[in-house]
Amino acid sequence: MIEVKSVVKQYGRKRVLDNVSLKIEKGKITSFIGPNGAGKSTLLSIISRLIGKDGGQVYLDGELVDGIDCNSFARKLSILRQSNHLNVRLTVRELVSFGRFPYSEGKLRAEDLDHIERALEYTQLKEEADKYLDELSGGQRQRAFIAMVIAQDTEYILLDEPLNNLDVKHSVEIMKILRRLVGELGKTVVIVMHDINFASCYSDYIVAFNKGQIVKEGNVEEIINKDVLEDVYDTNFVVQDIMNRRICFYY
Amino acid sequence: MKKPYLLVILILLSLLSLFIGVRKVSFLDVLKLENAAIRTMVLSRIPRLISLILAGMGMSISGLIMQQLSQNKFVSPTTAGTIDSAQLGILFSLIIFPAASPLVKMLLSFFFALTGSFLFMFILRKIKLKNTVIIPLIGIMMASIIGSISNFFAYRYNLVQSLSSWMQGNFSMVIKGRYELLYISVPLVILAYFYTNQFTIAGMGEDFAFNLGLNYKTIVNMGISIVALISSLVVITVGRIPFLGLIIPNLISIYYGDNLRKNIIPTALAGAVFLLFSDILSRIIIYPYEIPISLTVGILGSIIFLYLLFRRKA
Amino acid sequence: MKTKQRIYILSAALLILVLLYLLLGLNPFIWRYALSLRIPKTIALLLVASSIAFSSTVFQTLTNNRILTPSVLGLDSLYLFIQSLIVFLFGSSTLARLGENFNFILSVGLMVAFSLLLFQLLFKREERNIFFLLLVGLVMGTFFQSLSTFMQVLIDPNEFLVIQNRMFASFNNMNTEILWLALIISFLAVLFTLKDLKNLDILSLGRENAINLGVDYDFVVKKFLVLISILVSVSTALVGPITFLGLLVVNLARELLRTFRHKYLIVGAILIASIALTFGQLIAERLLNFSTPISIIINFIGGLYFIFLLLKESKI
Repeated sequence: MIEVKSVVKQYGRKRVLDNVSLKIEKGKITSFIGPNGAGKSTLLSIISRLIGKDGGQVYLDGELVDGIDCNSFARKLSILRQSNHLNVRLTVRELVSFGRFPYSEGKLRAEDLDHIERALEYTQLKEEADKYLDELSGGQRQRAFIAMVIAQDTEYILLDEPLNNLDVKHSVEIMKILRRLVGELGKTVVIVMHDINFASCYSDYIVAFNKGQIVKEGNVEEIINKDVLEDVYDTNFVVQDIMNRRICFYY
Repeated sequence: MKKPYLLVILILLSLLSLFIGVRKVSFLDVLKLENAAIRTMVLSRIPRLISLILAGMGMSISGLIMQQLSQNKFVSPTTAGTIDSAQLGILFSLIIFPAASPLVKMLLSFFFALTGSFLFMFILRKIKLKNTVIIPLIGIMMASIIGSISNFFAYRYNLVQSLSSWMQGNFSMVIKGRYELLYISVPLVILAYFYTNQFTIAGMGEDFAFNLGLNYKTIVNMGISIVALISSLVVITVGRIPFLGLIIPNLISIYYGDNLRKNIIPTALAGAVFLLFSDILSRIIIYPYEIPISLTVGILGSIIFLYLLFRRKA
Repeated sequence: MKTKQRIYILSAALLILVLLYLLLGLNPFIWRYALSLRIPKTIALLLVASSIAFSSTVFQTLTNNRILTPSVLGLDSLYLFIQSLIVFLFGSSTLARLGENFNFILSVGLMVAFSLLLFQLLFKREERNIFFLLLVGLVMGTFFQSLSTFMQVLIDPNEFLVIQNRMFASFNNMNTEILWLALIISFLAVLFTLKDLKNLDILSLGRENAINLGVDYDFVVKKFLVLISILVSVSTALVGPITFLGLLVVNLARELLRTFRHKYLIVGAILIASIALTFGQLIAERLLNFSTPISIIINFIGGLYFIFLLLKESKI
């Protein structure tokens, strides 16, 4: 379980996160939703130690994250940010191999190779494995980065807007992969999402942010309803059940 | 508001500048129309003062134009390869036409400065990562490369010493008959004044300018040409003066904001004031000798630049 | 394994060049004397080549940028500044009495201290922007340069001439007195980062990916920056500033070896740098009779290559 206790983050005088506390349960997909600048990505970065915090604590399975050494941390939790521009030219397989670095320190053993192959299979990239990343489509490239995270084989996987710039087909593909990661491999996935309907269809738990604070958290039924969403986004919403799913209209 | 202050300071410093020097010239002597005093004034002091003011104004305006066109506060003729290209041009004129008049040297140096600045603008458009800091960094790298090319040829043709005299900005060599080229910068500065808004719009990008019905290429070409011309004029008459085009526009925009129309006159005045002040300092610090002004400006300028950098960060 | 083959070819080429440099023009009468001059010079050349290649490769990886070299940190200007300051404050006789080795240690120590201070100052801030560090370094460079020139203006011209040689070492006037010390210091510096070298491949993926994969980013970057300052001091003290050699060789190594693995890149860059310097020195000494310093030739070629690189790359 990830436990966030009264975390504060500020840039200059502006508080981006104001006393945020949250528990993220194991074996579920948890989505962070909310308007731009609500602090979702910032919290994700703080949990994964990409940026520092100005107050509060984060616990990973009961242990303070600040005390965990970098390598052990990388075996427990992985993060994928939205901007994945690389300056080096790599093939898909090379990129995925990097996911084994926390275990192999650069020298791949048979066990690592197994993990790499499985990650490629999982993301259906076997055929593209020896292509260079710059030869792939946006969706394939995003899957390659997810494959790297899968090869990293961490219990917790954090993703910052993984659907950014992807079309409908690729977005669905990626969400299905994440669903399988939770269902089949028992991973814990935390996603920052912009598309509320994707969050509604694929999450087990949703946390709604606004102005650096958590407005409300709960399962899909509790969050995806007119009152909560209108409060969070300050826009008119219509929420309906379609084929057993909650779908929002906000146009 | 602050304009009158700058003007008053400029006048005071100008008077001070006229009466500082190895040869004692008092105010009374000039009033009495004493021959020796008048000669010193006309031959050396007044040319020096005028060239200081013109160079100060020209360089700071050049910096302002470049910053507008590149939309980057840290770009200036020194951080975009303009000055080093101008220097390379002078070197070539020394190699190819050693006996040519200053005007010819200036033209060749202008041509090089123009090419160098366009090269920089071309590279600027190719940079994907428009980080505020990486653009001047690339410009400075480019400048030092052009400098190394100059070094190479200077060494081959035994011109290292002549080159380094141009490397160091120095007003002690400015006397009547050797600075008049600088007057060409006056109409250029006036031209820049009338085109300030266009430069700002062009800086927002080609599409933006097109949308507002401006011919982007013409404006950019004109801006770069003005900058290159002023830079080569200054390099050929007094040498290289680092940082001036960088810090003056930045300092002014702290007080006056970023409205170019409002900024351009204070920028010009402040450039002249800063250069005059540095020159006076260089003349008195090891009196009766003097330090090349590029050193004084280099030291003062880098301190101010660091201040600006950290201030921007905070 | 094309990459490995190419490394073997490069090594063979270097070996031949070194032998040529050592043995060309020897005769039974002067061989002892000639070798006693040439061997230290060769070692110095190889040391300079290695430290430049190594530091530039690491630097480009840390900055994730193919067109920068450590010279933008302003360290070589700082070296000249320290030298000028010693002479300015205590006179050249003091410099002589202190001895080259002491002077070298002092300079390296001050440079490392300065870089640490700079990094500390900048890394404490929230936005750890390495480019910001570079710009500050660069301006500091100009500042130190102006200050050194300023002091040189004030120093007695005779005294200035005496020390000029020491301050502006070159390939023809190598400061071989400090060779052994420089060798030991560089060796220790590399040893000190040896176990972090495996992180370089990961660092080339950028900060966020590196942290995700379990690299202690801030610590490792600082450590490498210290290594870079030491290596830059070593090469500057031995032969003076050679700005663009690093740029040239790292990019050539990338082009030639077509790999992102630092294991090969670093070795390749070191070999290419050594070949370039040995070959250059051979030409300069035996063909041109010392007429053009090779650092000027190298900066010239490196500079042209850089502009070519800028124009060729579609994105930077």
